[in-house]
Amino acid sequence: MFDGLDAIVLARMQFAFTMSFHIIFPSFSIGLASYLAVLEALWLWTKREVFINLFNYWLKIFAVAFGMGVVSGIVMSYQFGTNWSAFADKTGPIIGPMMAYEVLTAFFLEAGFLGVMLFGLKRVGHRLHFLATLMVATGTLISTFWILSANSWMQTPAGYAINPEGQFVAANWWEVIFNPSFPYRLVHMVLAAYLTTALVVGAVGAYHLLRDRHLAGPRMMFSMAMWMVSLVAPIQMLAGDQHGLNTLKYQPAKVMAMEGHYQSHPNGAPLILFGLPDQAEAKVKYAIEVPKMSSLILKHSPNAPLAGLDTVPRKDWPPVPITFWSFRIMVGMGCLIAGLGLLSLFVRWRGDLYQSRLFHLIAIAMGPAGFIAVLAGWITTETGRQPFTVFGLLRTVESVSPLATPAVASSLIAFVVAYFALFIAGAIYILRLMALPPHPSEQGPRSDIPIRAAGITPAAGVAAEGAAI
Amino acid sequence: MSVSVDLATVWAFIIAFAVFVYIVMDGFDLGLGILFPLFPAKADRDVIMNSVAPVWDGNETWLVLGGGGMMAAFPLAYAVLMPALYTPVIAMLLGLVFRGVAFEFRWRTRRERNLWDIAFAGGSLVAALAQGVALGAILQGVHVEGRHYAGGWWDWLTPFSILTGVALVIGYALLGATWLVMKTEGELRERAYHLSWIFLIAMLGAMGAVSIVTPFLHVQYTQRWFAWPNIILTAPVPIAVAGVSALLLRSLAKKYDYQPFSLSLMLFALSYAGLGISLYPYIVPQSITIWQAASPEKSQLFMLFGVAVLIPLILGYTAWAYWVFRGKVNTASGFH
Repeated sequence: MFDGLDAIVLARMQFAFTMSFHIIFPSFSIGLASYLAVLEALWLWTKREVFINLFNYWLKIFAVAFGMGVVSGIVMSYQFGTNWSAFADKTGPIIGPMMAYEVLTAFFLEAGFLGVMLFGLKRVGHRLHFLATLMVATGTLISTFWILSANSWMQTPAGYAINPEGQFVAANWWEVIFNPSFPYRLVHMVLAAYLTTALVVGAVGAYHLLRDRHLAGPRMMFSMAMWMVSLVAPIQMLAGDQHGLNTLKYQPAKVMAMEGHYQSHPNGAPLILFGLPDQAEAKVKYAIEVPKMSSLILKHSPNAPLAGLDTVPRKDWPPVPITFWSFRIMVGMGCLIAGLGLLSLFVRWRGDLYQSRLFHLIAIAMGPAGFIAVLAGWITTETGRQPFTVFGLLRTVESVSPLATPAVASSLIAFVVAYFALFIAGAIYILRLMALPPHPSEQGPRSDIPIRAAGITPAAGVAAEGAAI
Repeated sequence: MSVSVDLATVWAFIIAFAVFVYIVMDGFDLGLGILFPLFPAKADRDVIMNSVAPVWDGNETWLVLGGGGMMAAFPLAYAVLMPALYTPVIAMLLGLVFRGVAFEFRWRTRRERNLWDIAFAGGSLVAALAQGVALGAILQGVHVEGRHYAGGWWDWLTPFSILTGVALVIGYALLGATWLVMKTEGELRERAYHLSWIFLIAMLGAMGAVSIVTPFLHVQYTQRWFAWPNIILTAPVPIAVAGVSALLLRSLAKKYDYQPFSLSLMLFALSYAGLGISLYPYIVPQSITIWQAASPEKSQLFMLFGVAVLIPLILGYTAWAYWVFRGKVNTASGFH
């Protein structure tokens, strides 16, 4: 099955697969944690029942998604050592502390307060419980900060020196952490997470509105989600554009791959809308182009020259077809999402937000769009970094562990089988929770069994929640 | 300040501390999974799950700190050991994945609950066994050339590593059983007492076996334990083990609530100290010392600042979370 594949290709496949699986859950739970904090704050402020019902409704879904994010995240933290040990040895003095700070400032915060957030409302009172929710939400954002800083450093390394053992060491921590691409990537990712969550919340709201347009919960979540989409999607396009310009400055080869520019264009480069990049022949076949458009977008001048991959040594080329296509998928999704936002403003202005069945169907169809965009965007930026792990400095082939091919092949198969089984089960359970509308006096997570402390009144999951099917 | 302790030693203690906290916190947690098949009734299983559901996630975070901290403070050791332990580490990760999702999944389905119970029990068993095997594999030493692991992908598998794997499973089961003694009531608690007896005897046997074999693995271990004057420092360890075991037997006989769990933890602490005596100052036995593996000072200092401030804070709010969910867990009252 793996004939002709060497250990490095398998290791890359394994990292890409386990990472793709993992990234789905944080990009949902980062946004959802913030949404839950907003819902609880609104409840404490207005005392309106609809907010606590929505809070408890989404809390159960959050619990499942968060759990899957945690366990798949533990896998990621060990894969640097198991499969990329040369990378771990060489970059450990820089990447290691950033990951350690992520654990210390974010993971513990999330994990420490998650139990109280999930099961503790009646034990600790409203204020402390809200504090726990805030801590979990803050934790997810701090985690985003560190992991994107580490990832950005691999893209645009700065503030480092190289010691006699060949390790990257920090010369200036501030420059390491706030490396040139980090602010752009952080904003782009956090907005992506918020949009992803808003699209899911909106789709769930729309689904229940289709069945009964008078339900208070679905109306509220749908309205909130559509506001979020219509306000954030344009900001995201702007942020993405700025991120692209930053990439052009620091990782020009990645932009060349995204644009499909094998050749240099001294008098204005065309924007290739679609085409089939052929890496061997170094050209994009059947290209549909808009003349001068790429120079206009990237250089803000139609006749500005743009260099192509012909200016980069061939051994430093990223795999253009993957980068080219994943970029188009991300941008396409982004345009659809922005379109949904505009449409929602129009429908809302018409007073049809809770009535238009067509719009509800569109919102349901757009539910997964955020996940697709996040995955495609991640693939764009990571394959565009190739053939390096630390851009321009450390090659992927020099980063891999000295492992026998069968070892990596077996672990890859094990991850694929296990993750698909878990993903299907988790998706089914989450969709089941989503298929029920939020109802009055919605219960939080758990269970058909109460958790009771000695001397304290029975609490938490006193009533069965009826969601176990 | 006349005493100068070097950073590498400080970090060795920090990592050792993180790993020990992990063993303390996730040990009973995995132990509950290992004991799961011995409690077939759904009501018992619900109580067992609920006794740890609010805190399991935090428990496993210490494992991430152990791994992440090692990459940061001793990248060379991390880079050598992880490929050497490839199979047990991957098995452990998959085990943790299955048992972790079971915490949520088993409440979301009636039909497939048994399936997730098996995932919880099987995942816990595999993770515990893999951790013990990895420990044995480290103790017996790995083949290093230059800055790389140079052995095969089955080198870790020896009778000794199987022994340490089984020993850890037994140890975690003891922690799980004594945790249940502390957290439950009635018949479930009686069963937990009974199991505590069995696993304590088994644990003492396993500790004895590992202790007898370890000095024969390498001459360094023999000298460390038995050469004069080290023996003055090492002799108290087995004596303390005997003392704690006696107290533990007594606490079980008298049916105390909290003592069995805390004394079991002390047994673990003593075994861990023994391990430290055997290993120090090597982080990869016989090949790489903590000074050779250490990150540059700038990295270690940068993190030391965070650790000094944050670890006490983390211990504080973790303790608070345990306090919020303190006391017995039961099924009897408040249901419907």
